[in-house]
Formats: sequence, structure tokens, C-alpha cells
Amino acid sequence: MIFLINSVYIVCSVLFIMGLKLMSSPATARRGNLLSAVGMFLAVIITLLDRNILSYQWILIGIVLGALIGVLAARLVAMTDMPQMVAAFNGFGGIASLLVAWVLFFKSPNTESFTLTTLYLSVFIGGITFTGSMVAFGKLDGKITTKPVLFRGQQFVNSLILLALLCFGVLFLFPDLAGISRSSLILYAVILSGILGVMVVIPIGGADMPVVISLLNSYSGLAACAAGFAIRNNLLIVSGALVGASGIILTNIMCKAMNRSLTNVLFSGFGSAGGSVVAEEG
Amino acid sequence: MDAVYLFFVLILSIFLGLELIRKVPSTLHTPLMSGSNAISGITLVGALTSAGSADSRVTIVLGTLAVAFATINVVGGYLVTDRMLGMFKKKKESDS
Repeated sequence: MIFLINSVYIVCSVLFIMGLKLMSSPATARRGNLLSAVGMFLAVIITLLDRNILSYQWILIGIVLGALIGVLAARLVAMTDMPQMVAAFNGFGGIASLLVAWVLFFKSPNTESFTLTTLYLSVFIGGITFTGSMVAFGKLDGKITTKPVLFRGQQFVNSLILLALLCFGVLFLFPDLAGISRSSLILYAVILSGILGVMVVIPIGGADMPVVISLLNSYSGLAACAAGFAIRNNLLIVSGALVGASGIILTNIMCKAMNRSLTNVLFSGFGSAGGSVVAEEG
Repeated sequence: MDAVYLFFVLILSIFLGLELIRKVPSTLHTPLMSGSNAISGITLVGALTSAGSADSRVTIVLGTLAVAFATINVVGGYLVTDRMLGMFKKKKESDS
């Protein structure tokens, strides 16, 4: 059965790769999307045969609920509101990876360090992706001000949060060092990565959101990839890495189309706040 | 061995991902982003096994939520992308 599942996973990977390839040309883009959707459908169906799955009740509830919301959101939304829907969907993908890793932790809290590291990474990246995407959604939807939100010492605070997340990551591997339990550490990681996601997107102006969403899309791929390492699933690793890598390239292409660099997009808000705008583009 | 094998898969996929998209017309930026976003919903596969093998109240709640969120990502992602590309085609036809 494992052989059958993995064989189908190969087919799914090929469909995703071909789908992405076809999507970069206008004539074949729609067929590419369909191909990748078929790949996803196959992946879901074959995974349901996994003998580790004991009960289908909760899966069914989750799928029906998610499909209902997904269809309604995709159908009802106005054409002009598409970019923020992409942001929201992307955030949901991020939090799903976070939750997959968290559930794995609850099931086996004392597993080997390799699994612990990757599941921590999945929580870390997934958390940033979720709240970051939600802020991007809010900004595009006009629910949050589209102006860059800045305060003094913002970058310092961000660095501090990042440092704390890294330290907690180390402690997560060696919980005896500080006497904090793994379950509290992973909870802190969930909260802090969520805060960090808000903090890194909020100083960016609304006009730059498409680039930010593209970057966050790449992150959600990486989160899925990390989750794939944690649960030892090749398909998640391959698809996640594909999205992560192609997302970076796409982000780069989008920046170039705007004649700017990615650092300029991500940190230009900070320069204007300090009052000392350096004319680096000239 | 196990980890090394997974890294092997990872590195090859990253290189493939970097090479896959080289020239994209700017009109396709958003649909491509949306389409690859739907692919990142592959985490649904992980969520299915999480929810299916959940054994406590916490894991059931978190696992079911994971399935729901990932399904929104997948279903919504593909539908929105298809809608965008559909508009794209119609516009082109009406132009010519």
C-alpha cells in the first residue's frame, strides 16, 4: 500500500511541475492550473488509503467545511478583490502547516531531534505566513490602513522576536537547558511567530502588497516543505520546495517589473519613518 | 540515511523550482502566484493523516482545523486561479 501511495505521489509531483510550467505561458495557463488541480485531487484521494488513518469522521467534517468556505469565497468575491483572496488562502495554507506540525508534536513530543527541528521550523514559518498574509489581506481589503505603520525601534523589536524564536528553537531541542517544557516552548513559538508575521508586513505600504503576498506564498511552500520533513512525506517536500523556490523567482520577477529590489520593497517604509530617506535608487 | 535521502529530494526540487519559471508575462504574475499558492495547500495531505490518526481532544480539534484551513487553501486557490485565467481569456477574445 505504501508503494502504491508513493507511486501516485510521483504522478502528483509530475502534474504539479507540468502545471507550473504551463502556467507561465498565457495560452496554456488555464490547462496548467487544471493539471495541478488534478494532481492535488489524486494526492488527497490516495492519501485517504493510508492505514495510519483510523477515523474519517473528522477528516470529512474538515473537508466539507473547508470546501464550502473555499468555494463560496472563490465564487462570491468580486474580480477586483482577487489579490486579497489569494493572500487569505495563502495564510490558511500557512496555518495548516503550523497545525500539522503541532499535532505531530502532541502525538510524539519526545521524538528524535531531526523531526523536532523540522516541526519547529514548520510552526515558525507557518505562523509568520499566516499572520503576515492576514495583514496583507487586511491592507488590500481596506480593513487596515494601507499606509506603512511604523514606530520607533521597530526593526530592533523584530530582531529581538526573531532572536527569541531562534533561542526557543534551540531550547526546544534541549529542554533541560532552561527547564522549560517542550509544550510551552512550542506554544511560545506559535505566538511569537504570529506576532513576527504582523510586525514584518505592517510597515509595508499597500501598493507593495502583491510582492509581499508572492513572498509569503513562497514561505507557505517552505512551511509545507518543513512539515513534509517532520511527517516524512516526499510529496510535501517536493511540492513545498517547488512553490518555495518558484515563489522566490516570481517575487524577483515582480520586483524587477516595478524596477525595485526586494530589500527596497521590504524595508522602504522604515527609511521614510526615520526622516533620513537615503536616495539609493538614483 | 533517511534524513539524507529527504534532503536529496529537497535540493533537487529547489533547483527544479528555481528553473521552472524564467519568463512570465506580467499579466500572468497574479494567476501564477495564486496557482502556486494552491499547490502549497499540499499540506492538506499532511493534515489528513493528522486528523485521521488524532487520538486526543486537542489533536482532534487542531487536526480538523488543519484539514479545514488546508482545504480552503486548495479549493479556493484553484477556483480563484481558474476564474482569473478565465477572465484573461475572455478579455483577449473580446479584444480581437
